Amino acid sequence: MQLSRRALVGGAALATIPLIRPRAQGQPGVKIGVLTDMSGTYANTTGMTSVVCTKQALEDFGVSGKGFTAEVIYADHQNKPDIGVSIARRWFDQDGVDVIVDVPTSSVALAVQGVCREKNKVYINSGAASAALTGVDCSPNMVHWTYDTYMLAKSTGGGMVKTGGDSWFFITADYAFGHQLQKDTTAFVTGEKGKVLGSVAYPFPGTTDFSSFLVQAQASRAKVLGLASAGTDTVNQIKQANEFGLTQTMKLAALLMTIGDVHALGLATAHGLNLTESFYWDLNDRTRAFTDRVKGKVAGNWPNMIHAGCYSGTLHYLKTVADMGAAKAKADGRATIARMKAMPVDDDCFGKTTIREDGRHLVPAYLFEVKQPSESKGPWDYYKLVHTTPADEAARPLADGHCPFVHV
Amino acid sequence: MWGFSRAQAIAFVVMVALIIVCPWVLYPVFLMKVLCFALFACAFNLMIGYVGLLSFGHAAFFGMGSYIAAWTAKHWGITAEAAILLGGATGAILGLVLGYIAIRRQGLYFAMITLGLAQMVYFFCLQAPFTGGEDGIQQVPRSPLFGVISMQPDMHIYWLVAVVFLLGFLLIHRVVHSPFGQVLKAIRENEPRATSLGYRTDDYKLIAFVLSTFLAGIAGGTKALVFGIATLTDVHYSMSGEVVLMVLLGGLGTIFGPVMGALVLSAMENYLAQFGAWVTVTQGAIFMICVLAFRRGIIGEIGAKLRIQL
Repeated sequence: MQLSRRALVGGAALATIPLIRPRAQGQPGVKIGVLTDMSGTYANTTGMTSVVCTKQALEDFGVSGKGFTAEVIYADHQNKPDIGVSIARRWFDQDGVDVIVDVPTSSVALAVQGVCREKNKVYINSGAASAALTGVDCSPNMVHWTYDTYMLAKSTGGGMVKTGGDSWFFITADYAFGHQLQKDTTAFVTGEKGKVLGSVAYPFPGTTDFSSFLVQAQASRAKVLGLASAGTDTVNQIKQANEFGLTQTMKLAALLMTIGDVHALGLATAHGLNLTESFYWDLNDRTRAFTDRVKGKVAGNWPNMIHAGCYSGTLHYLKTVADMGAAKAKADGRATIARMKAMPVDDDCFGKTTIREDGRHLVPAYLFEVKQPSESKGPWDYYKLVHTTPADEAARPLADGHCPFVHV
Repeated sequence: MWGFSRAQAIAFVVMVALIIVCPWVLYPVFLMKVLCFALFACAFNLMIGYVGLLSFGHAAFFGMGSYIAAWTAKHWGITAEAAILLGGATGAILGLVLGYIAIRRQGLYFAMITLGLAQMVYFFCLQAPFTGGEDGIQQVPRSPLFGVISMQPDMHIYWLVAVVFLLGFLLIHRVVHSPFGQVLKAIRENEPRATSLGYRTDDYKLIAFVLSTFLAGIAGGTKALVFGIATLTDVHYSMSGEVVLMVLLGGLGTIFGPVMGALVLSAMENYLAQFGAWVTVTQGAIFMICVLAFRRGIIGEIGAKLRIQL
C-alpha cells in the first residue's frame, strides 16, 4: 500500500475533530477532579474504578434538589509529579475545579498538596501511602482518607505477631519507600516481642528475578516473609515464592497490596498471603450494598479500599457543601475542610467515622489472609479476617506526626 | 545580524511575538513548561543536529540542574536567577566529567555510554538523601528575582522564563553560526577530514557537549522553580527519550525545530491527559508517522517546502 503524505495529514486533521468538544458553560456548582493513574502501575488499584466510585457518590447523594450542581472530571497524571502539578494548576486556574480526589503515588500526592494549599482548595487523598501527608508535610486543605504506611505497618506487622508470626525476614525495595516500610514494620514487630531475623534489599527499579533473595529468606527459617515493596515487584515476588515452595514453610506478608492484585494473581498462587486493607466488599451488609451498586460499572474490577475512599470522601464533601452552602464552600477550601472535620462521617464503606485535626480520616485497619481456593465460594470471595486494629489505634499518634499546625 | 538569514529573522520575530502574545490567550503555566522543554530540546539539538552525536543521557543534566536549583532555592533561600545559574553550572560540571569520557566514541557507542552514565546519575538521585528519593524535592519556593521582584504571580515568572529561553536560544544560534559552529558541522560531516585540517576534534566536541549540558541544566533549574518540584521524572531515561522525540518531531538540525517539537509534545501531554493511556499510544503513533513520512520533522518539512533554511 502506498502511504501518501497528504492522506496522513488529512487523517491527522480528521482525528483532531473529536478533541474539539463544547465546553460546559459556567454553571453554579462544585466540580470534582479525580487525578489518578489511568495507564500505569496503579491503573487497577486506582484508575477508572476511582472515577466510577466518585461518580457513585454523586448518584447516592442525589445532588439535584440540594441547591447546587456537581460534576466529575478526571485526568491521568501518569505517576509523574510534574504532570500532576500542571494538571492540578490548570484545573484550579482554568477549569474551575474545587476539589481533587484520589491521587495515588506519594511523590505526586505531595506535589499536589502544595498546589491545593497555595490555591486554597479541597484535597481528598485516598490513593497515596505516604504518612508525611498528615505529618511534616501536612496541610489544612487536605484529608487523608483511606490508609497510610503507618497503618499498613502496624496492622500487618503488629497483627501478624499477635496471631503467631513472631519471627520475620524482609525483602525490601532499595529506595526510600521500601526502607521506610521495613523500618516502620520492624518497630511494630519488635514492639509486640517479635524478632526480625534478617533482611535483604533488592535493586529498584528493574529487578524481576527474586530467586536469590527468596532462597536467602528461606534459609533464615523465619515464620513470616515481609515484602516491603509495591506493585508488580510484590506480585512477582509472590509468584516466585510460590514456585519455590516458600509458602509451605513461611507466611507471606505483603505490606502494600489490594484485592485487585490478589484477583490478578489468582487464589492458587496468592492463598495464605497476609495483607492489610481498611475496606473489603464482604465485611458487612453496607459494604456489600455499596459493592453491588458499583461492581458492574468497571469490567473485572471490584472496589478496593482506595476506591471506597474516593466514594466515602466525595460523599462527605458533598454533605459538607450542602451544609455550608456551595458558594461558601467554593470560596474557601480551608474552611470546607475544617467543616468536614467537624461533621461526623457516615457512609456504606467505612460506617461511622471521624476526621482528626491533622487531616487523617480515622478508619479501622483489617488484617486479612487470602483464602485457599477450596474456601472461596463466589467471585471475589478472597479474604478472611485475621485481626482488626481499631480506628484510633490504626493512625499514628498525633504527637508523633510533627504536623506544624497541630498543637498537642 | 547574529547569523540570521532573512527567513530565520522573520521566523524569530514571529516566535518572539507569539511568546509575548500567548500568555494572554493560553495558560501561562503550560507555556512556561513548553519554554523550559524548548530550551532543553534546543540544547540537545546542538549535540545531535550540529555535532551529529546522539546523547541518550541528557536527562541527567536536566534533572541534576533541576535538583540543585530546587535544593538551593529551598534550603539556602537564594534568589531565582542564582538558583537557575547554579542549575546550569551543575549541568556544565557534570557534562564536563561525563562528556570527557563519552566523546571518545561516536554513534551507537556514544549513545550507549551517555545512557549508562545517565543511569548512574539516576541511581545516585534515587539513593542520595538530599533528593528525597521517590518523593523528590517538594514545595520549592519561587524565590524573588534579584531578591526584589516577586516571582509568585504566574505572569512575573513567565517573563523570567521567556527571557531565559530567548537568551539560551540566541546563544545556541550564535554558536552554530560562528566559526566554531562551522568546525562542529565539519566534524559532523567528516571527522577524519576535520582532524586532517588541524582541528582537535575531541576538544571541539567536548566544548559543544558542555555548552549543551549547561543549557540543559539551566532548563532543568528553571522548570524546578516554575513547578516548585524536582523529581526523579527529570532524571529518568524516558526524559532522555522524550527530548530525542521532541527534536526529531520538530526537525533535526533546524534552529526552530526543537521549539516546535517541545510545543507539540507538551501540548499532547497536557491536553490529552483526560484520555488516559492514549497519551503514550498517540505519542508512539506520531513518532512512527514522523519517522516514516516526515523524516525532516515539522519545521524541516516546512523549510524544505519553502526552500529556506529555518
